[in-house]
Amino acid sequence: MRAFTALSGPILVLAEENIDTDQIIPARYLTVTDFDGIGEHVFADWRHDAEGELLTGHVLNKPRARKSPILVAGHNFGCGSSREHAPQALLDFGFRVVISSEIADIFKANAQNIGLLPVVLEAEQHARVLEMDGEEITVDLEHSRVTVQMADRAVQHWSFSIDPFARHCLLRGLDRFDYLSQAEPDIKKFEERL
Amino acid sequence: MPRLDMQAESLFEKLWNGHLVRPQTDETPAIMYIDLHLVHEVTSPQGFDLLREQGIGVRCSGRTLATLDHSTPTLPADENGQRPWVTEQASRQVQTLQGNCEEFGIELHGWDSPSRGVVHVMGPELGATQPGMTIVCGDSHTSTHGAFGALAFGIGTTEVGHVLATQCLLQNKPRSMRINLEGELGKGVTAKDLALHIINRIGMHGGTGHVIEYAGAAVRGLDMESRMTLCNMTIEAGAKAGMVAPDQITIDYLRGRPRLPEGEAFEQAARQWLQLASDPGAHFDQEISLDASTVAPRITYGTNPAMSINVGERVPTATSDSQEKALSYMDLRAGQSLAERPIDLVFIGSCTNGRISDLRAAANVLRDRRIAPHVRMLVVPGSEAVLREAEQEGLDELFRSAGAEWRLPGCSMCIAMNGDLVPPGKTAVSTSNRNFEGRQGAGSRTLLASPETAAACAVAGRIASFAEIKSDSKTTPEIT
Ligand code: SF4
Repeated sequence: MRAFTALSGPILVLAEENIDTDQIIPARYLTVTDFDGIGEHVFADWRHDAEGELLTGHVLNKPRARKSPILVAGHNFGCGSSREHAPQALLDFGFRVVISSEIADIFKANAQNIGLLPVVLEAEQHARVLEMDGEEITVDLEHSRVTVQMADRAVQHWSFSIDPFARHCLLRGLDRFDYLSQAEPDIKKFEERL
Repeated sequence: MPRLDMQAESLFEKLWNGHLVRPQTDETPAIMYIDLHLVHEVTSPQGFDLLREQGIGVRCSGRTLATLDHSTPTLPADENGQRPWVTEQASRQVQTLQGNCEEFGIELHGWDSPSRGVVHVMGPELGATQPGMTIVCGDSHTSTHGAFGALAFGIGTTEVGHVLATQCLLQNKPRSMRINLEGELGKGVTAKDLALHIINRIGMHGGTGHVIEYAGAAVRGLDMESRMTLCNMTIEAGAKAGMVAPDQITIDYLRGRPRLPEGEAFEQAARQWLQLASDPGAHFDQEISLDASTVAPRITYGTNPAMSINVGERVPTATSDSQEKALSYMDLRAGQSLAERPIDLVFIGSCTNGRISDLRAAANVLRDRRIAPHVRMLVVPGSEAVLREAEQEGLDELFRSAGAEWRLPGCSMCIAMNGDLVPPGKTAVSTSNRNFEGRQGAGSRTLLASPETAAACAVAGRIASFAEIKSDSKTTPEIT
């Protein structure tokens, strides 16, 4: 897993609420047996018309989309199916951070497992960033905070909370599996009691 | 034996505490032991790759059970044994699982198994799903198994690899919620209606971060298949898992199933299961009560499962941009009566409503009736066992003569990965669990309902309740 410490870059806003994983990657792209290149299908049905033609006007099809490492989405992002293909596709597309005011449980766990940083902001702060499409912000995991420059040029720091272990692993690029496999003696002991 | 410690625990806490290999600390999540790992073709290939990378095997193949359901065709093989795969890749994905199960010694219920089925239908049928277990699967509707008093939840593919390798998962303790469902469900009101009602009340993220226990008279009155429907839909309220405490109904359902002990060993297990119920005074982080007797048959009108109304009600006014967008996607207007809405397809199936009681309920509506000529209806049993039972009862014939298609078991139109799909712009009434944009195929419009309501809609050719078509003559009404 790639380490994540801090990152500055322009944000891409998808303001819709309740964006589910079927939107992030439609089911027909789930027949793959590896995740390579899966970013190509991210939001496939939002980016194409009914005939499969690319909608060049859609923000995700603009050249800046692939250059925006931070996705800001409406409330309750990533609900629905547990498909890891969803965070994998976002990561492969080029996002390193997803920001919302609520992120669904399974999506959040999947994202943390693969090195996509989920950031949950307070409703008011979230509402602010939703209006900052294309502007640059900083996401600093070391200090667990987001830094934005407001319209009056004032700089604001907003802290966010994140599970300490997820943070620890992300900061160092550690695979959670390593921690789990080191618990082997405890697992054995547990199994003896079964 | 009477409990010596006076700490009252909830069902969830008993299961949580009972499966801790290592407890949670301020810095590290808990390590939780997993009793049963269910596997299917879509979310497992990259999980098995982890084993190969590490050069290790599956830690507990006996606790791992696999099936083919998502990408599998529901039409039979041709005379050469060729199955109508939607794509080469779908066929390869299934072959990958077959190969992985062979390589790692996992019990796979493939094409030749009389038990193959949608993963959450098959587990309970085999008696693999048992009270007190922790159960995971790379699939969000794993919550279904909570109906047995198991702690069951969906995981991602990376975690599938973790469980294959270590039989354990890293977990932070979720919060708990109890939903007390008082009163009794009215006649003709099903667990699906109850689930849609609850999701509508608490919202599609009302359960985020929580494990929900369903309690109260209305839940005690539900049979196991209905409890499965209720727990299945729990994820649609954002919750991690749904649970119902085991009782005599649970035990009667399980007795005699293949993966369970017999005789005294079973009775002894059953006595333990009955101890799992939440202790009086157990703590819940949130507790809400709903009156089940006020629930009516429901149907969704929007693009998430929280957007539902009683069948016969008018489409409500949108209160947000998202709701506005949902109505426009569904081609509906606020204030419109759904009864005017013609439909194109009806799907009976899925791990929500593809069990034998669901098929019987739909058949009951269709008996001596025909579906409207412009409607296509697919009936897809949830498993080979459901298929056999239905055919023994003659339900396949009944569905066919009513004008419906009778298919082989699988997820089919619930997720539309196998070629069974709702074409763009078409409207389907579906007994599955998700009505997201494009869930049943790009551009598809889905209205979720119970098997009774879905079958009634098929007969009417538009949105209708069973009560409505019962009072009609047995002919199909004109669509205006
Ligand atoms: S029937 Fe639908 S919800 Fe159930 S496992 Fe299959 S795809 Fe998932």
